[in-house]
Amino acid sequence: MAAVTQAPAPPAPAAPRQKPPRKRGRLTPYWLLLPGILWLVVFFALPMIYQASTSVQTGSLEEGYKVTWHFVTYWDALSEYWPQFVRSVLYAASATILCLLLGYPLAYLLAFRAGRWRNLLLVLVIAPFFTSFLIRTLAWKTILADGGPLVGALNALHVLDVTSWLGWTSGDRVLATPLAVVCGLTYNFLPFMILPLYTSLERIDPRLHEAAGDLYAKPVTTFRKVTFPLSMPGVVSGTLLTFIPAAGDYVNADLLGSTDTRMVGNVIQTQFLRILDYPTAAALSFILMAAILAMVTVYIRRSGTEDLV
Amino acid sequence: MEQYEPDRLTSARMAALRRSVRGGRAPLSRRSLLRASAGGALTVGGLGALSACGIPAAGQTQGGTSAEDHSAKEKTVNFSNWPVYIDVDESGKKHPTLDEFTRQTGIAVKYNEDINDNNEFFGKVKPQLASGQDTGRDLMVLTDWLAARMIRLGWVEKLDPANLPHAFTNLSQQFRGPDWDPGRAYSYPYQGVSNVIAYNKKALDGIEVKSISDMLDNPKLKGRVAFLSEMRDTMGMMLIDMGKDPAKFTDDDYDAAIARLQKAVDKGQIRRFTGNDYTSDLAKGDVAVCLAWGGDIVQLQSDSADVDYIMPEAGFTVANDNLMVPRGARHKANAERLIDFYYQPKQAAQLVAYTAFISPVDGAREELAKIDKPAAENPLLFPTKDMVARSHSFRALSDKEEAAYEAKFAKLTGA
Repeated sequence: MAAVTQAPAPPAPAAPRQKPPRKRGRLTPYWLLLPGILWLVVFFALPMIYQASTSVQTGSLEEGYKVTWHFVTYWDALSEYWPQFVRSVLYAASATILCLLLGYPLAYLLAFRAGRWRNLLLVLVIAPFFTSFLIRTLAWKTILADGGPLVGALNALHVLDVTSWLGWTSGDRVLATPLAVVCGLTYNFLPFMILPLYTSLERIDPRLHEAAGDLYAKPVTTFRKVTFPLSMPGVVSGTLLTFIPAAGDYVNADLLGSTDTRMVGNVIQTQFLRILDYPTAAALSFILMAAILAMVTVYIRRSGTEDLV
Repeated sequence: MEQYEPDRLTSARMAALRRSVRGGRAPLSRRSLLRASAGGALTVGGLGALSACGIPAAGQTQGGTSAEDHSAKEKTVNFSNWPVYIDVDESGKKHPTLDEFTRQTGIAVKYNEDINDNNEFFGKVKPQLASGQDTGRDLMVLTDWLAARMIRLGWVEKLDPANLPHAFTNLSQQFRGPDWDPGRAYSYPYQGVSNVIAYNKKALDGIEVKSISDMLDNPKLKGRVAFLSEMRDTMGMMLIDMGKDPAKFTDDDYDAAIARLQKAVDKGQIRRFTGNDYTSDLAKGDVAVCLAWGGDIVQLQSDSADVDYIMPEAGFTVANDNLMVPRGARHKANAERLIDFYYQPKQAAQLVAYTAFISPVDGAREELAKIDKPAAENPLLFPTKDMVARSHSFRALSDKEEAAYEAKFAKLTGA
């Protein structure tokens, strides 16, 4: 800027400047922001404040709850339920990795190879959303039924011996084991991985592939050096959209799991609805939120991409 | 909201005041006070907002006790019930007993199936009831223990016996005096449920199961046994199996039952703790034997020939779902008339003929025999004298006991 102003002034434009534009425009962005901000305040900020307050209250339903700044609740909740926290992160991470492994080839196919089938295939990716989350999860109980063909085949191939040895399944069944919960999570969040991957892959100029070929890059090299780095925004947002809801999910663990597969979401639900220990439930929610925020921050910093999608 | 003190000074503001009083280097100016206040609003004020929240004690919130009853002017009643818990005609849309009620009384019933789970429902109506507001419901159906909690919290209306002549006469003796509502001042049973042991003949493949102990101990059933996620249903049956009475047990008895169940969990005997979804597990045979609700089994048996049940020799628990009027209801008298309506044996028979649960109404059996003979003989609908003798109910728990017992049970079930 400085250099520009010091340069000899260009000849003044022929037309003298009109009177300055009215200031009307200055407030416009704020007016446009207003609905969004209101929405955030009412549905995000206020509930957050309410929950934060709940987490430092003590009392009971009959005596009422009062804010006593009882921060020990956080420590108690964490020391009591850390196994469920660890489990949630492990399950969510496993499901995210599985989603990436399954979703990437599919998104690649959609973006580059699907041709005229692309729209149909995209609709098929979203199709499961037309039924309810609960019904989709319950369907896995039929797929993985003890006497069903899938589990029968896995048993015949001795796959379940291996997974049992690893602690993923127990005995000759899949239902009510960690593997079933991770399968459910993977299935339920797969579209959240595929769609961002697809949008960022689809944006890649195919001529870049041709250029890489012209420079004697093998397809593998092209993928490694061109396609994958360019799809990083999709990978990052896809993993976030999968990991974050999966870590807080409780439906899959409830329906497909057993006593040793309960996740933080289940603990919060139980604390809130059954034990009526609202402070602990609120504290657990905040710990989960903080943990996810911390992990996500580190992840985004490390992923080395500026854009998300 | 009671602790809100508008005049309380934030610490930043206090500091500014204190500095000015000392008359030292920083006299209080309007600007410095404002600045301190603004800073305070962001930091301490944020915390102040937190302490302004809080849930008032249950007993202290009776802002508008007993709302005005609009029954005479508004000929309507809002009835909240569980799904598939009332008679339905062939079209699947109409409820003959409700239509009959409207025909007899001229009161229209707005029927909502919005109770799916006691805990969830409590979470849903708690904010309104706690702050003394009308929930928009005039009649709701709650299981014994939640009914007890509602009464304890003072969140239900006392019923007027003058409007309940049939109910007063026809309520079965065994349901007249629960310890949480002696004399039925606040609640009348709608239908009852026995806890039974249900099994899938094919999946069991000749293994004999006669008691809870068999479910817990038989190694051949490893990973194929399910219990209910309702604490009272599972623990009540456990206590009975251990020779205790769920109507009067001690903390030690409860802990012993928890320890025994924990052992079974640890060795992988128990597959899951289930809600209503045990029905599909059982019908498929993934679960060979489980704790189940009597009415479900009658309905399951009509779909699957493999499903059967036993009522353990040691005894079993029975729980009722109760008709109650939430505090602040607009149409209390209309609701009472609907309660009384279901205590006419003919209507009660009509109801259980469809739902297959236990009717608390004397004379319902004779009426049912006229329309459906086999159902009237079914012990799941009308327990025999011997069964009534073996049936137990779970005692009322105090606030503290309830929290402690639920916490122990939650730990057992994994969370």
